[in-house]
Amino acid sequence: MRIYATVVYLFLYVPIGLIVLFSFNAGRHASELRGLSIQWYGKALSNPFAGDAFFTSLEIAFIVAILSSLMGTAAALALQSMKGPLRVILDGLIYISIMIPGIVIGIATLVALVTVFDFFNPLLATLWPEGYTPPKLHMGYASVIAAHTLFTMSLVIIIVRARIAGMDRALIEASMDLYASPWRTFYQVTLPQIYPAILAGFLLSFTFSFDDFIISFFVAGPNTTLPVYIFASIRRGITPEVNAIGTMVLAGSLSLLIVAQFFMRDGRRRAKVN
Amino acid sequence: MTSVAAFRNVSKRYGEITAARNLNLDVASGEFLSFLGPSGCGKTTSLRMIAGFEQPSEGEVFLEGICVNDVPAYSRPVNMVFQHYALFPHLNVESNVAYGLKQRSPKPPTGEIHNRVHEMLELVQLTGYSLRQTWELSGGQQQRVALARALINKPKVLLLDEPLAALDRKLRREMQIELQNLQRNVGITFILVTHDQEEALSMSDRVCIMREGEIAQVGSPLDLYDRPRNQYVADFVGKSNFFYGVIEQVRTWKVDIRLDCGIPVVLNSSRSFNSHKNGDKICISVRPEQLVLARDESNIPEDSAIKSTARIMNRIFLGEQIEYLLCDERLGEFLALSSRHNELNEKPFETNEVVFVAWSRDATLILDDDERDKPNVS
Repeated sequence: MRIYATVVYLFLYVPIGLIVLFSFNAGRHASELRGLSIQWYGKALSNPFAGDAFFTSLEIAFIVAILSSLMGTAAALALQSMKGPLRVILDGLIYISIMIPGIVIGIATLVALVTVFDFFNPLLATLWPEGYTPPKLHMGYASVIAAHTLFTMSLVIIIVRARIAGMDRALIEASMDLYASPWRTFYQVTLPQIYPAILAGFLLSFTFSFDDFIISFFVAGPNTTLPVYIFASIRRGITPEVNAIGTMVLAGSLSLLIVAQFFMRDGRRRAKVN
Repeated sequence: MTSVAAFRNVSKRYGEITAARNLNLDVASGEFLSFLGPSGCGKTTSLRMIAGFEQPSEGEVFLEGICVNDVPAYSRPVNMVFQHYALFPHLNVESNVAYGLKQRSPKPPTGEIHNRVHEMLELVQLTGYSLRQTWELSGGQQQRVALARALINKPKVLLLDEPLAALDRKLRREMQIELQNLQRNVGITFILVTHDQEEALSMSDRVCIMREGEIAQVGSPLDLYDRPRNQYVADFVGKSNFFYGVIEQVRTWKVDIRLDCGIPVVLNSSRSFNSHKNGDKICISVRPEQLVLARDESNIPEDSAIKSTARIMNRIFLGEQIEYLLCDERLGEFLALSSRHNELNEKPFETNEVVFVAWSRDATLILDDDERDKPNVS
């Protein structure tokens, strides 16, 4: 059993370790190690294409995280106050939406967006006054953000729902009993109770959006996110530069996940104290 | 009318279930009233309708003579102490207590809030705890914070939802006395919900006993104990022995009853609340401490309602008193409570001893037989 477990862990982490190791490779090729150096990091950071893709990803991830934490929290609150079989169904649908493979979301969003564009673009063209170029809906930032938000919102809903469910319902009644209106109760009692969950949801959404390749690949249009850029450059052969970018993304994602974990645990600790 | 809170024909239904049925009640200003009953009897629902967390399906809830059916909880001049206190975990003691004052518009000046919080903490004996976190406090201290948080708003009525249930027995006893003193000091109307009859009887001016969503009887603790209106109340308040029978004949001052076991009983009819007719199925009730036990028949009073012999099946020492479980072929099992040092100065009876049993006519109540199909619990 112990050997089996060791092998599993080796399979899991050796490839990742190799990427990190080779990112420090002094040589040109990804396959042979010739001394250690950080030159590839410098090269990666000064690569304008990689830089553009990085900032595109960052921007998208940030907007996605904001949108999904706002919408997810609102949805979680609405679901909580619902009763009966409808809530069970809606809850189930949220869990299912998380398990839908990225490729399905990618294709589905692509098809849906293309259909919408095909419908609206001619309509816009006919509505626009003669002589002006009508605006044209197309793939780009907005489509990636929409597709990512769709997916990450479910994560936020689940995390925030768990926190709300763990919250003492009497706290809200106590606040109402002490003359606080529903709105004041929300930001004086509910929000302070669930903000760790919202922050955790924000960070998870950010990481998921930033790391996502499959969905972006389908709907990104002319814009290149970092994972899409990496995929494209790998086709020209794996260089230590790609390893360096990968290592940096890995470090960034891991630290965000650790912070998110901290917030979720903080929330649970607070819940237990009650 | 001095009633500070009132129900008028109030009913509350959840789908098929009726949690409260046709409640009519007036709570006097400055009174300490308890809702007493087993779980699911509608006592908490009644309290929550006063607080505004539940709306009555029918009827009207009044506060100070004004119908508050359409007034939301946050606009009602009442405050509640929750069962598990519901202190805000993200706020310290001072902010918890100040919460209600801070919601007022216009908001009182900070200095005034501060002073009143400290006065309040002094009242509940928590001086110096203002900057503590609520979760650092013991159960009893949290309870006091919850009280202070509610009382600082000077509510017309303070609602207490089983506030002592989470405390251990000794602390509960202390808090009962403290609550009673506090209520006298602040002069605010208290409405308490509890399933603990001892708690309700020892603290309240009046007790409202509830049963399956209805009010079984409202009265002072003494009233309920001495003059229960039905078997349910007699059973719920203290221990009682019940014997079933039929009214044979109603005479001017007397009632002839024949118990199901065949024993004839003659009672004074003035002790009966309800007008009974010949042939009515009834239940007579007698408190264990009103049974007279004796080794010698000559010690049994002449005018007893019943005289019999019974075997002592079991005895429990309760300190000064001893509780006996007796059994007689005809009367069945019943309880007697006698002082260890009774007037006759007899030694306590032993298990298996056969003794004379009797009780006086005045100690016997005639109740409606509304529990016949249910097992005799006491």
